[in-house]
Amino acid sequence: MKKQRSTFLFSVLCFGMAFLYIPMVMLVIYSFNYSKIVPVWGGFSTRWYAKLFESEEVWNALTLSLQIAVINATFATLLGTMAGLALVRFGRFRGRTIFSGMISAPLVMPEVITGLSLLMFFIALQQLVGWPEKRGMTTITIAHITFSLAYVAVIIQSRLSGMSQSLEEAAQDLGAKPFRVMFDITLPLLTPGMMAGWLLAFTLSLDDLVIASFVKGPGSDTLPILIYSRVRLGLRPDINALATIIIATVAVGVLIAGWIMIRQYKKQKADQQMAAS
Amino acid sequence: MTIFGFGWEIMTNETNYQDRQWLDPDAEPFIQLRGVTKQFGSFTAVKGVDLDIYKGELFSLLGGSGCGKTTLLRMLAGFETPTSGTIYIDGMAMNDVPPYERPVNMMFQSYALFPHMTVESNVAYGLKRDGVKKSEIAERVDAMLSMVELSDFAKRKPHQLSGGQRQRVALARALVKRPKVLLLDEPLVALDKRLREQTQFELMNIQDKLGVTFIVVTHDQEEAMTLSTRIAVMDQGQFMQIGTPTEIYEYPETKLIANFIGSVNMFEGRVVSNDDDHMLVDSVETACRFELGAVAKAEKGAKLWVAVRPEKISMSTTAPQSVGTNQIKGTVHDIGYLGNMSIYRIQLDQNGSSEGGSLVEVTVPNQVRPKDGKHAIDWDDEVYLSWHPESSVALFR
Ligand SMILES: Nc1ncnc2c1ncn2[C@@H]1O[C@H](COP(=O)(O)OP(=O)(O)O)[C@@H](O)[C@H]1O
Ligand SMILES: [Mg+2]
Repeated sequence: MKKQRSTFLFSVLCFGMAFLYIPMVMLVIYSFNYSKIVPVWGGFSTRWYAKLFESEEVWNALTLSLQIAVINATFATLLGTMAGLALVRFGRFRGRTIFSGMISAPLVMPEVITGLSLLMFFIALQQLVGWPEKRGMTTITIAHITFSLAYVAVIIQSRLSGMSQSLEEAAQDLGAKPFRVMFDITLPLLTPGMMAGWLLAFTLSLDDLVIASFVKGPGSDTLPILIYSRVRLGLRPDINALATIIIATVAVGVLIAGWIMIRQYKKQKADQQMAAS
Repeated sequence: MTIFGFGWEIMTNETNYQDRQWLDPDAEPFIQLRGVTKQFGSFTAVKGVDLDIYKGELFSLLGGSGCGKTTLLRMLAGFETPTSGTIYIDGMAMNDVPPYERPVNMMFQSYALFPHMTVESNVAYGLKRDGVKKSEIAERVDAMLSMVELSDFAKRKPHQLSGGQRQRVALARALVKRPKVLLLDEPLVALDKRLREQTQFELMNIQDKLGVTFIVVTHDQEEAMTLSTRIAVMDQGQFMQIGTPTEIYEYPETKLIANFIGSVNMFEGRVVSNDDDHMLVDSVETACRFELGAVAKAEKGAKLWVAVRPEKISMSTTAPQSVGTNQIKGTVHDIGYLGNMSIYRIQLDQNGSSEGGSLVEVTVPNQVRPKDGKHAIDWDDEVYLSWHPESSVALFR
């Protein structure tokens, strides 16, 4: 009975994994295809990788995407942290519940709507104050910040409510003024949450296609937009190569994060043993 | 005679008041609470309490969970503002003084050690915020850590310490600032029994050495009895009685207190006569006459409860030579052997029969070993209970 169930679960697991990973594996394999026509295998080659790095368009899109992602992640983390702090720590103020609900709205809002409303906002703003003159990197970055800061705020909010307020009270009790408490106690304890928020904002920005395509201007193609517009005209082996590079980067990132977490876990274990002895 | 008596009186007063300032009408209380009330929404956590605490006291707030002890302590520390009433510390009203400017420090229930700082920096934090010179900080932190015997652990982080060590870091961190008052919220609750007893005495020693006023919140009556100069027993946001451990234990003012601290036997009765030096009470239930020492204001016929602690009752298998007051007969119903002593439950004879009478608890020190598993007084033995008139108290509510 028990054995049967475990075989069943195991096959479901295998099926799910296959479903997840076979497409990606195929993409990686076909990026090494010599043939120009994607579904036809023409022997092993790395020529699409070489071609990729010759293309100025790809380089531009990549640097643009990275720039936007970094700026977005940094600002979103700053603003999101402040929002989270305000919502959890500064006591009850008028309309706190409404703010608290509103900040998480962008999480469930369809991206099309976020994108459209931001586009209209930028157009209206341009007519009123003449800024932003043309849409491009600035508008994409602002758009990204507005929705990623919601994610950061939610992360910070949950970390703060899990963090006992008595630490901050203890600091006050020892003579630290509220501002001091924030820098000495609250922010250091929030660092892991802020780092997680930064990474999340970074990835959100890096793979956003919908919002960016609404608020972008001419010649400001981010990487997802570039990939999408090329693939629309048919599958292309050089795009496979680009995707493979992205997959490899993400995989390395995940491995490093996992390694750090395991190391921390082991250290904690050792500490606890030391405390017990 | 009178002259000598008078002189003696003054001398004892002077020596006594040093330890027991609350008896001295001229002593200035160090902390004063006047009509302090705290409401959370429509719920009243603390109801108009008045309290005087004197310098150097080790004062306990004792009460069950949720009775408002922590709230009261947090008002003293400045984390909650009283809804009404005033708190004075060292003669100054504290209403508008923020926590970081009050001359008190608090040891939190869960210790609240900063997890990202070493033991050393945890203890130094308060001094740094006060702008104390670096060399002096190092000196004072070292001295404090060696006092709590943690010098070898200075470079560790809090999660690398055991529960008892963390407790001592928290204590050191609060004391290093030399506060005038130290507030301790359930300081020993996270420790196991052995460590708790040991730490109780350490706390008392430290308090004695530094002369700091301690206010300790606890729900453990034994802890309060061992530690305190005085105890305030709290219930539902109010003080039921304030007094020394002896006063609270020996002279409880209400049934609730008598039951809350230690165990007690209570007999309902009515006053038969009340003279200057003794009172007689008749109890219908036990068909017995009780005699008590002098009790103020109790008229004939008034209803009351006579309370006797289990250890004040003497028990014997032989009948008393003469019939008198404070004598009851019963049968051994149950024996709880604790090693150092035994707790007997005696079923009282009710109207001549031994069925269904109420149970009386008696504790007896085990001066003689039980032989072959048999106690000197054993199950189902008939026993005679009696106690001295001065050993019981009359409770009117
Ligand atoms: N910030 C708060 N908001 C609402 N109710 C509170 C708050 N703090 C305490 N209370 C309530 O006040 C009562 C007393 O709490 P507390 O002082 O913590 O009791 P304890 O004697 O166990 O320390 C409890 O019923 C608790 O629920
Ligand atoms: Mg409490």
